[in-house]
Amino acid sequence: MDKIKSEIRKDRRAFIKKVLSGSIAGSLLLVIPAGAMEVAEQIPGMRNETDVFTKKNFAFVVDITRCIGCGSCCVADKNEYQLPDGVYRTWVERYIIDDHDGVFVDSPNGGLDGYTKPRKDIPHPVRDTFFVPKLCNMCEKPSCVQVCPVGATFQTKDGFVLVDQKRCVGCGYCIQACPYSVRFINPNTKTADKCTWCYHRVRKGLLPACVNVCPVQARQFGDLNDKSSNVYKILHEPHVVSVLRPEMGNKPALHYVGLRREVV
Amino acid sequence: MSAPHGDAAVAIANYVFPNDLHVHWSLMIVLYPYITGIVAGAFIVSSLYHVFNVKALKPIARFSLVFALAFLACATMPLLNHLTQPTRALNMMLTPSPTSAMAGFGYIYSAYAIVLILEILFIYRTTLVKMKESATGAMTILLTALTFGNDNISQKAQDLDHKVIGFLAAIGIPMACVLHGYVGFIFGGVKANPLWATPLMPVIFLLSACVSGIAGIIVTYTVIKKFTGQQVDVNCIRTCIKFLWGFFILDFVFEMLEIFSHGYMAAHHWHTLEALLWGPLYNTYWVYQVMIFSIIPFFMLGWMSLVKLRDGAIKFFAPIVSVMILLQVLLMRWNVVIGGQLMSKSERGNTFFHPLWLEKEGILPAIIIMTLPFVFLYLLSKIFPLWMDNSSGSEKC
Repeated sequence: MDKIKSEIRKDRRAFIKKVLSGSIAGSLLLVIPAGAMEVAEQIPGMRNETDVFTKKNFAFVVDITRCIGCGSCCVADKNEYQLPDGVYRTWVERYIIDDHDGVFVDSPNGGLDGYTKPRKDIPHPVRDTFFVPKLCNMCEKPSCVQVCPVGATFQTKDGFVLVDQKRCVGCGYCIQACPYSVRFINPNTKTADKCTWCYHRVRKGLLPACVNVCPVQARQFGDLNDKSSNVYKILHEPHVVSVLRPEMGNKPALHYVGLRREVV
Repeated sequence: MSAPHGDAAVAIANYVFPNDLHVHWSLMIVLYPYITGIVAGAFIVSSLYHVFNVKALKPIARFSLVFALAFLACATMPLLNHLTQPTRALNMMLTPSPTSAMAGFGYIYSAYAIVLILEILFIYRTTLVKMKESATGAMTILLTALTFGNDNISQKAQDLDHKVIGFLAAIGIPMACVLHGYVGFIFGGVKANPLWATPLMPVIFLLSACVSGIAGIIVTYTVIKKFTGQQVDVNCIRTCIKFLWGFFILDFVFEMLEIFSHGYMAAHHWHTLEALLWGPLYNTYWVYQVMIFSIIPFFMLGWMSLVKLRDGAIKFFAPIVSVMILLQVLLMRWNVVIGGQLMSKSERGNTFFHPLWLEKEGILPAIIIMTLPFVFLYLLSKIFPLWMDNSSGSEKC
């Protein structure tokens, strides 16, 4: 009988040992990230870039013939940066042209809620309507970089225009100088802020948040040095492509497919 | 609305870019060029005597320099109050970006301040040495520092002082012009704003600076004399009024030429400027700045300069017309700074601006900042007597 009891005790001990080691091993799996969980690279070759500045030539293409005004991009942006209402890194404008050639533009809440209801104040029958997403133009010759008195706004060699939140004095000169009104004072940091084309995501090989969520591929982002990229193809195929306010001479890296003359 | 001749569809909706709804440069940036303008203008008044030998301005030659210094001491206050990160303000001088039109201000301002302070110290050196003889305690130390410890007031030393003063005043004129022309360029260099982006902007700012400086001197001079029961030098006021008229002719003509040129050329941006000037700026620009505070003083100044008026009339009208001119320049600053931002870069609409009393850059802080130069003037007058007859009549300048 004693022999049987001691065997049972041994089994019990072994059982408890196995349960404990199993629990510890399981917990460790939760703590140590598994390589298989990594998000797939969305910008080819980005994770091989080791230098401070990449050797890429980034471009952003907005296709206004595709945009449906759903506002997903604005929601993704809001989610990414948690900006309070009233300041906009990106927004979507709705253009309505009536048959008397009147142009009606609006962008309530920056298009964040999506354009789900038609405008009721158009006096004549509508002949055309389209949506225009707006964001930083990442100019090759940026006015904001030129006027910043302390160099807080700067340009990277791979074409990004960024703001150093630790250097910005908050004078607002860049806000005045930007021809596209994409800049504002961030109410949280009290410094100048704007769309960065999600630089932090791009450096990790991910697409900008707005590009990632666009359901109709109206927003495209990629490397012009990569001939297989969508942006290269779009800009080198016979599309109607233009930039906003070319007369400013800022040479934006943000291109618009199907840009209409009504758009400013 | 129809668009004949196949023109682009006409914008009739009032659409403002979402980031343009807020006016970023408000009252503080209205005051900044206003105060620096008064500084530059007051220096010009002093230089008319010290460099161009306009003898009639002798009674206010010293006063205008101390007046300029009192305003110069406050010129950076609105800027500091405006910055959202004021503790980093000195970075503009420590790590300036050479391409920025704003980065030079600290240097130009400091260089001008050094010239102005040196000029005041040399002009007052003889007076300060004499004051030191009867001074006690801390005042003696202060006066020793201000006279560089040099008690020599021999004729030879005074002649040397006089040469230095002439030199400082001479380099001070271009520096005062650069100071305020540069402030105009800060606005004139913003190509994204069609109201600001004109090469005439520095010129208009400079001329309005001269005007506001002279007007400020006339008002403050007559008010101080009135309240201290001293005699006003009417000949000096008459000369000031003539210079004020001269500078105001140039100022007003250039302001009107600028708008006329825009309208005549009617280039791409004229329709947004037109919508601004005949829209939200109609009252502050056409009614107040142009009709009331430009045309009326324009004719008043002409009348006071050309018609031989009695002394009493000059003493009565000079401060009134000067206050009107000061308001004209303030309105001009308002219309440029605020007006320029009311136009959205959407080219399809205007935003609005209503200053509040108690906000950080509101009306009360603006009033406090505009009061401070007069407090400084009072304090400075304890060290630098404003009037020659209070010190020694034998001094040259």
